[in-house]
Amino acid sequence: MASVRGVARASQTPPTEGGVSVRGLSKTYALSGQPLPVLQEITFDVQPGEFVSFVGPSGSGKSTLLNILAGLEEPDRGVVTAGGSARRLGGVAYMPQRDVLLPWRSALENAILGLEVKGVPRHESRQWARELFAVAGLGGFEDSLPSVLSGGMRQRVAFLRTVLTPGSVMLLDEPFGALDALTRSEMHEWLLGLWEHGDVMYNVSTTVVLVTHDVEEALLLSDRVYVLSPRPGRIRLVHEVSLPRPRTPALTTTEEFVRSKAALLAAVRGEGA
Amino acid sequence: MRVQHVPSVLLATVPAGLLLCAWEAYVRVAGVDRVFLPAPTQVLKVTWDSAGLLATHARLTLLEATLGLLLAFVAGCALGAMVGLSPLLRRSVYPLLVVSQTIPMIALAPLLVLWFGFGILPKLLVVALVCFFPLAVSMADGLASAEPDALRLLRSMGASPTQLFFKVRLPGALPYLFSGAKIAVTYAVIGAVFGEWVGAYEGLGILMQTAKNSYRTDIVFAAILVTSLLSVGLFGLVSILERVMLPWHVRGSGTAMDQSPRIQPIIGGRRRAPGDRREIVENV
Ligand SMILES: Nc1ncnc2c1ncn2[C@@H]1O[C@H](COP(=O)(O)OP(=O)(O)OP(=O)(O)O)[C@@H](O)[C@H]1O
Ligand SMILES: [Mg+2]
Repeated sequence: MASVRGVARASQTPPTEGGVSVRGLSKTYALSGQPLPVLQEITFDVQPGEFVSFVGPSGSGKSTLLNILAGLEEPDRGVVTAGGSARRLGGVAYMPQRDVLLPWRSALENAILGLEVKGVPRHESRQWARELFAVAGLGGFEDSLPSVLSGGMRQRVAFLRTVLTPGSVMLLDEPFGALDALTRSEMHEWLLGLWEHGDVMYNVSTTVVLVTHDVEEALLLSDRVYVLSPRPGRIRLVHEVSLPRPRTPALTTTEEFVRSKAALLAAVRGEGA
Repeated sequence: MRVQHVPSVLLATVPAGLLLCAWEAYVRVAGVDRVFLPAPTQVLKVTWDSAGLLATHARLTLLEATLGLLLAFVAGCALGAMVGLSPLLRRSVYPLLVVSQTIPMIALAPLLVLWFGFGILPKLLVVALVCFFPLAVSMADGLASAEPDALRLLRSMGASPTQLFFKVRLPGALPYLFSGAKIAVTYAVIGAVFGEWVGAYEGLGILMQTAKNSYRTDIVFAAILVTSLLSVGLFGLVSILERVMLPWHVRGSGTAMDQSPRIQPIIGGRRRAPGDRREIVENV
């Protein structure tokens, strides 16, 4: 049974290596001189190896939250650790909402960027990337420039780049938003396969924080789903997903899945929170 | 036949050819003295006849232009990198670079000859002073306009400032640098000729002056022709180099990140704003 409970209370367990810990995070931007509160009093924990998702309306601060988790920005208030360290830069594999492929690099060269930054030998990283290209349906496009790839292909290259980036926490900002339903479903299955089998070659065996608009995607992939309120974003609902693993797309038609989905959608719309 | 389908070589030669024909006709019909204005055919003939003389002088001018460009490239890139990477230097040194371009070369060149003699050095300095500016500005602007999202992505991977420079900033600045280089090379030969004009033993500049003083206007024109050919040749070399080095930066198609310094193609009579995909779709 899916357990639906209220706003997260500070967990007793201390954050360990590979997990994420956020305590009382608040972030306010300035918009033409006016303060614009984006995130308020966010507190949650992700244990090492857990897969959690954040859903919420546009502008609720989801990307801002991932930026902070990645270490690219600091919160105005609160304490954030990822991978057991307050210094997150270099310790996470971050997939931004825009694909941000470097136009002068081939698709394959883009995919190995994270390995390259860490000084992994080129032939080795190219070898790994080649295998993943075939799996992700990008075989034959290794040497293509990003400008000739479709939006969905670019997104998959960016996803592979993230999977190949060394780091104990993976931060995914709407990683499959540009894909058609079928390809998206394939990518879900592939990601689940890698993650559930704990494939150590890639860091999919590690902690994942996913941001998505797609409630079904969140339910299918995650151990836990957080629903954010409209701006300023607060955690409105924490939903433990108790669907059995390994998970398959077939689960989406089960009674439990449908009920959880309805509960999450209601929370996203702001009903019964 | 649509204009787009005509080879551009043909398009470029038609107006030039018409102009030359008009010039030729005028000189012949009006019977203009060749000391006053030689006809294009006369210029071609004297160019052919004195090819050896022209080549000797052109060789030195080309050497000066190339060495001066090299100097400008090193200085321009170094200054451009400093200004492009440091907001402090951008505010303190950039204005100085701009002011350096307001010094009239016509006043400075004779002084350079006075200080450094009739040798090759003052010519190099004239070329370098004229050419470093477009290189420095393009380098500075190219480095400063690096895609912020790309920089953030690499920072999240734990990249060092050096890695940010070589993996994001520099490759992104190269299209800008090539635009600057194309402007610089067209100035280089003229700069060398000007440096020679002021005082030299050899070179196209001094050849023009002596030819003019001995009323050999046709040789002046021949020297002008060679000067143009050298400039066009250098420009072509840079264009080829650009194509080879930046295959991802295809002319006119806009870059993937829409940060191209190039003039965007004009579609449907209107200039396309960067990133305005909707308009392209409408007009295709
Ligand atoms: N650097 C910034 N400066 C000022 N305001 C910002 C900045 N970054 C984000 N914002 C504002 O913060 C709010 C939340 O932005 P954010 O990108 O985190 O939303 P989101 O939940 O990811 O939305 P979406 O689902 O549309 O991607 C927005 O109103 C945005 O305008
Ligand atoms: Mg977002």
